[in-house]
Amino acid sequence: MNEHLLSMHDLSAGDVTRILDTAASFREVGTRVIKKVPALRGRTVVNLFLENSTRTRISFELAAKRLSADVINFSAGGSSVAKGESMKDTALTLQAMGADAIVIRHASSGSPLQLTRWVDAHVINAGDGTHEHPTQGLLDLYTMRERLGHLEGLRVAIVGDVLHSRVARSLSLGLVKMGAEVTLVGPPTLIPPDAPGWGVGVSYDIDGVVPKLDVCYVLRVQKERQRLEYFPSVREYARLFGLTRERAALLPGHALIMHPGPMNRGVEIASDVADLPESVIEEQVTNGIAIRMALLYLLLGGAGTEGSS
Amino acid sequence: MSDHFVIEGARVVDPAAGTDAIRDVVVSGGLITGTEAAEGAEKIDGRGLILAPGLVDLHTHLREPGFEHKETIQTGTRAAALGGYTAIAAMANTDPVTDHAAIVHAVRDLAAAAGLCDVFPVGAITKGSAGESLAEMGEMVAAGVRVFSDDGNSVPNARILRNALTYAKAFPVEVVLADHAEDAALADGGHMHEGAHSYALGLAGRPAEAEEIAVARDLAIARATGGRLHLCHLSTARAVDAVRRAKSEGVRVTAEVTPHHLTFTDADLVTYDTNLKMHPPVRTAEDRDALRAGLADGTIDAVATDHAPHAVEEKEAEFDLSPPGTIGLETALAVVLTELVRPGLIPLARAVEAMSVAPARILGATEHGGPIELGRPANLVLFDPEESWTVDAPFASKARNSAFLGRTLTGRVRATVLHGAFTVAGGKPTR
Repeated sequence: MNEHLLSMHDLSAGDVTRILDTAASFREVGTRVIKKVPALRGRTVVNLFLENSTRTRISFELAAKRLSADVINFSAGGSSVAKGESMKDTALTLQAMGADAIVIRHASSGSPLQLTRWVDAHVINAGDGTHEHPTQGLLDLYTMRERLGHLEGLRVAIVGDVLHSRVARSLSLGLVKMGAEVTLVGPPTLIPPDAPGWGVGVSYDIDGVVPKLDVCYVLRVQKERQRLEYFPSVREYARLFGLTRERAALLPGHALIMHPGPMNRGVEIASDVADLPESVIEEQVTNGIAIRMALLYLLLGGAGTEGSS
Repeated sequence: MSDHFVIEGARVVDPAAGTDAIRDVVVSGGLITGTEAAEGAEKIDGRGLILAPGLVDLHTHLREPGFEHKETIQTGTRAAALGGYTAIAAMANTDPVTDHAAIVHAVRDLAAAAGLCDVFPVGAITKGSAGESLAEMGEMVAAGVRVFSDDGNSVPNARILRNALTYAKAFPVEVVLADHAEDAALADGGHMHEGAHSYALGLAGRPAEAEEIAVARDLAIARATGGRLHLCHLSTARAVDAVRRAKSEGVRVTAEVTPHHLTFTDADLVTYDTNLKMHPPVRTAEDRDALRAGLADGTIDAVATDHAPHAVEEKEAEFDLSPPGTIGLETALAVVLTELVRPGLIPLARAVEAMSVAPARILGATEHGGPIELGRPANLVLFDPEESWTVDAPFASKARNSAFLGRTLTGRVRATVLHGAFTVAGGKPTR
């Protein structure tokens, strides 16, 4: 594995398998009464959240704490960033404090790569702009593999605003890497024109796609994008592309319904569809902690070994 | 140094006179006084070097007044001199905007005090470059302005552009309206060329059609009004085609291209290098090749730097938050020599024409661009076409946001002569 995790491009198929296998062993830790192992005792993990995301931050915080690392949360609202400090100065401060790993969430695409130029710490991308969100992609792969037994040959539709979705980018790159068949579904204004170049299919007809799926992965509708007139209304979006109860009924019996959260119930996914037994949305959240434990463990080299940097 | 000197044995490349030959050039009292070595003249060894008319830049952002933390007239003109320039057009997007004669005079006076390069202030087309109402062009023409531009933005309102091109016909001298041709509705909010790479990088795009639409609009208005249009920093193949067609139909249009658009493509942005962020963006290899072909066949008249200095902390920001632009004055000649002349895409004389003769003509800078003949003002550049160097800070410019940082270029300015005085000698600024 590389020193950092910035993009799914950083991982080989072998790396992905190793991360998922490691996560499987950490998954068990979460079921214990005392949910903690000493693997990263004495190591410092900084959650640098320059864009708000309570869910992802909590997941990383729990992952680091369950590995016994010291965790610092640095978020935009409560920090010098709010006073106009640059990302570089923030990075140099964290460097001076001896961070071993920095988990960065930022509204600007490419900021995790920029961060690696200023710090020696291992950098984990926890979502950068409309670029990538590789830990989300990995936890989704983990969930699919655990539920369906394999990734190769899985037929997966990713439905929604693919154009602006860092989740869709990371997940589709990961799925293609692992041999799955991916179809992007959504209004043509929200599907990147070069999507076929990623090794994925494109469809604008959700009803034609759903009956053949192993996984229907529904993306959150970014409501702020609506203003930009990518589609006429939330109402029309729900009608043409939402996973309604009628569409969910067309899914094969074994198929999973997934969503990266937080959901807009009644928009991209009908409320009762989100609560079906086929929906594994809460499992995704649980698996996210195990995946993030696995990544911190693998990048920081585990207990008793010196970091590579 | 003496004001009476002879440059001996250089290859004189002077497209305005149709000259390309080794000969001596004597300078005295600010003028070219002959080609025969004269008594008492200081001798400068030009053997193995090229002597050409001083370079002329149609597109420099000097940032003063208002943005002196990025560049000043002093540092910007020193960068120009070091790059071989003897005349530059200073863009109007200062604070206050150069939209009235007082700023024109102030910029020119500061440049004269620095004494490093002749500066031709560009006037804004609209008041405050806000795109709403015409600036007082007549007053600025009287103050010596020959080029008007709202650069940074396209003139957003076609009616304003139409009126400006029409109004400018009233003046006794030819006045050029230069447009940054990008349709704002398509380009705004974008950070790089829209295409496979922008999607992969998660960066919002500025599509090629933003330029194609604006260029088509501008050409239609120039055709209808008979006004004199100049198109800044072309970046797309289809814009080059449109200009080629318009010229063949007699539309009064000229165009420029930057060294960075002639060099880079959107594939180079995979490192999120903010020094490669510019408006319009660098585009595909096909676009770059069309720009090179357009420069070679004369569709594109001039190479212009779009020298856009920014403070270090402004460029060391997140890609989407960093301001667009690269500095270019100190590298432009070497880039053109390295990327275009050495590979044989254009002859050296065409490079000199595009970097000196043509921009001097467009700018109305009659003392620049050659010919290197008896009695002409001695505005010259002497450069070594074989010296290789690696682009690195510090620069003479206050800024260091160069897209070319770390690249090895071949060709370096040894001396620049402004009105008979050395602004650069031995490869170093003299002041």
